[in-house]
Amino acid sequence: MSFLVLDRVSKGFGPPEARREVLRGVDLSVEQGEIVAIVGYSGAGKSTLLHLVSGLLGPDTGSVRLDGRTIEGPGPDRGVVFQNYSLLPWLTVAENIRLAVDSVFPGWTEAQRAEQVDRHIHLVNLTPARDRRPGELSGGMRQRVSVARALAMDPRILLLDEPLGALDALTRGTLQDEISRICRASGKTVVLITNDPDEGILMADRIIPLSAGPGATLGPSFPVVLDPTRDRRALNHDPRFKALRAEVVAWLMGPGARPAVSVSRKLILPDLEPEDLEIPRSLIGGRRRPRRRSEERRETVDLNP
Amino acid sequence: MKKIHWESVLMPLVGIALTLLAWQMISGRTVTRSLADGTVEEVRLGWVQDLPGPVQTWEKTRKYVVEPFAKREELDQGILRFTWYSLVIVAKGYAIALILGTPMGFLLGLSATFSKMFDPIIQVLRPVSPLAWMPLGVVLFANAGKSANELAALFTIAVCAMWPTVLNTAVGVRAIPQDYLNVARVLKLSRTQTLFRIMIPATLPYMFTGYRLSLGIAWLVIVAVEMLTGRIGIGNFLWNEYNNGLYTSIVLCIVTIGLVGFSLDRAMSLLERRFKGIL
Ligand SMILES: Nc1ncnc2c1ncn2[C@@H]1O[C@H](COP(=O)(O)OP(=O)(O)OP(=O)(O)O)[C@@H](O)[C@H]1O
Ligand SMILES: [Mg+2]
Repeated sequence: MSFLVLDRVSKGFGPPEARREVLRGVDLSVEQGEIVAIVGYSGAGKSTLLHLVSGLLGPDTGSVRLDGRTIEGPGPDRGVVFQNYSLLPWLTVAENIRLAVDSVFPGWTEAQRAEQVDRHIHLVNLTPARDRRPGELSGGMRQRVSVARALAMDPRILLLDEPLGALDALTRGTLQDEISRICRASGKTVVLITNDPDEGILMADRIIPLSAGPGATLGPSFPVVLDPTRDRRALNHDPRFKALRAEVVAWLMGPGARPAVSVSRKLILPDLEPEDLEIPRSLIGGRRRPRRRSEERRETVDLNP
Repeated sequence: MKKIHWESVLMPLVGIALTLLAWQMISGRTVTRSLADGTVEEVRLGWVQDLPGPVQTWEKTRKYVVEPFAKREELDQGILRFTWYSLVIVAKGYAIALILGTPMGFLLGLSATFSKMFDPIIQVLRPVSPLAWMPLGVVLFANAGKSANELAALFTIAVCAMWPTVLNTAVGVRAIPQDYLNVARVLKLSRTQTLFRIMIPATLPYMFTGYRLSLGIAWLVIVAVEMLTGRIGIGNFLWNEYNNGLYTSIVLCIVTIGLVGFSLDRAMSLLERRFKGIL
């Protein structure tokens, strides 16, 4: 049996009478040591899916099992890198990681804990910034702190929620390589959420698209068969890379997976009624004065044919 | 940059000068005139006859200012000595307000049920004037002997000054980002650890805003409290001088109370900004 299993999982939000189903019938299995990327549209339910694994949310139906045991709640055996980093702003880099180490390894000695913190700060190349607060770090540095904090807990599985989503394209590129290297070196099972198929292909062993919500579900899984060094410059011209990306994108753009696009916009009509010049002007009765009409009309245009 | 700095010093000085000038102009002055029968009569002239002007105020009250800590008699002491008595009692009442208010704010912020139960009561009690609380305090502590007065004063200050702390703390607790709590859940922090390592630090900036507003109110209340109880202090001094018809001292007290309140607020807002800077 696989290490992580999601079995016919559904999840919705809201009261029963107005429930919006976000995920419907999601099946997923991840082997030990595997790096799996899940690609999907914004708002499809990617974070929801991840939080079902982290235990911060529970499934409505179906089950989520890690190593054969049903997940009951959050715990430090699943290291989460949250979408918005979730570093505590009043603690320094070292203190943020220390908080995690302290709570996960209460039995360790002071020296062991300090060593664990330092090693992980070094791992993400942040030793010079160890005594700075998150507010004084760039987005990419915060991201690395968040990764270091998750790894310092020595989790059995690492859950990354759009780890590079908030970064510019150039920083993203270097960090993809760095995080990819760290994940592979740790030998841990990794579930990586992303909205960029390239990123998924570049970092993962397997890439699975998630259809657009509501009622999103996972598509077929595409194994990434590329040489493991994955030099990003060479990759841009690799025909296998191009073919794989085309396949994933085609599935995401295909029937059923694509979100229903509709645009709602506010139309402001001219505020004056036209004056009817046919009717003669007179003081009583007669032609009415130009009339103001302060009103808006709302129009929804369906862009899908 | 340099210029802006200059203006921020110069403009308040100009403002003060203009205010003093206007004050001098509308205030009354004493003139002596000889009457036809040879006797001399003192009369007040001016727009607001009984308002002492700045010059007159300074002349009449300088003994309180130049020896601010002097103690000549029970009711004749330097202005800062009176202020000190008031500050001591304010500090005690304020401390009680914070000690009671902060946990109350946390309870309100944490529990929706608790909040629904007590929010209406708080909203009703909050606008009640210190003048209304004071008599209740006196009654409650009537048989406390010698310290009855002090206890009544502390009660009034605490009960009036508590609310901004309670409400701001509650807002702060409700505003703790879900992300921080998720971190606590993933790390499996215990309830106490979550409280002390996540919730209190995350709420501190709000708490300090509450503390600053509470201090302002505590200082506002002290004058009323001293007038009613007759405790020695700046408010009591003001009241006595009013009864003696020494209006210059009233002006001195008003200026002093204002300056002290302003300094307290500044000090607190510096503290507050330090905590805001972190977040
Ligand atoms: N706690 C919640 N209560 C109600 N609705 C929620 C909740 N969490 C998520 N949703 C809804 O579920 C849907 C999916 O949200 P989710 O955060 O999983 O999307 P996502 O794929 O992670 O998007 P993004 O790429 O923008 O992060 C959204 O429509 C969102 O409004
Ligand atoms: Mg998300």
